[in-house]
Amino acid sequence: MSDTLSLLDLLPEQSVQVDASADDWRTAIRLAGEGLIRSGAATAEYSDEMIATVEQLGPYIVIAPGLALAHSRPSPAVRRTGLSWVSLRTPVRFGHQDNDPVRVVVGLAATDHSRHTAALGGLAQLLGAPGRLEELLTAPDAATVRRLIGSFEPEVQS
Amino acid sequence: MKILTVCGMGIGSSIILKMNVEKALRRLGVTADVEVADIGTARGAAAGADLVVTSGELAPQLGEVKARIVVIDNFVNVDLITTSLADALREAG
Repeated sequence: MSDTLSLLDLLPEQSVQVDASADDWRTAIRLAGEGLIRSGAATAEYSDEMIATVEQLGPYIVIAPGLALAHSRPSPAVRRTGLSWVSLRTPVRFGHQDNDPVRVVVGLAATDHSRHTAALGGLAQLLGAPGRLEELLTAPDAATVRRLIGSFEPEVQS
Repeated sequence: MKILTVCGMGIGSSIILKMNVEKALRRLGVTADVEVADIGTARGAAAGADLVVTSGELAPQLGEVKARIVVIDNFVNVDLITTSLADALREAG
């Protein structure tokens, strides 16, 4: 069994939601939490924990223009490591001074600090590649999002 | 050289930041150990670091640290991270 998990391993189709509606950042994070609940990666409490993280530490989870990486720490609310994807029909403000408004929320639940590292690296490369985020944001359905992610070959880390 | 990347929990954005900082360092031809810390342990971990890399949101929460702080607002833009690190390394001598 491999020690590392790929992006697609962590992001099953039921955890991907496109063209979602959220009135505010809390709702947007809850949608990302629901994706983690559907795949069995986390329980409902984890959504509260992800929201509490932003309430305590600010909107630093908006790590790039238009992109929030919603997460909290490993806790009993995390069943296993997983990701979720929510692209928003109407962008939502998180209160970040540079990177608002948010168009996609990636939810992350992790059981430890290491097994998801490679997948996160792949995600970072994917979202840092010019034009790729735009392509993902206009994907019409969950299967297309996964296909686009699967077709991206991450650069091998030296 | 030791570089610390800091996020709120030490499991998400700081890992992405660490990988992209490592990529930027390779471009700059600089060898360094890059470690991840969460905001709660960052001040202690920063004691032995030359640079602390974090977001503009978290930088004020670090408090007093001796290491130079590099603020990055886009964690997936390796070009930007490379420029910011190059500036910080030059200023640090």
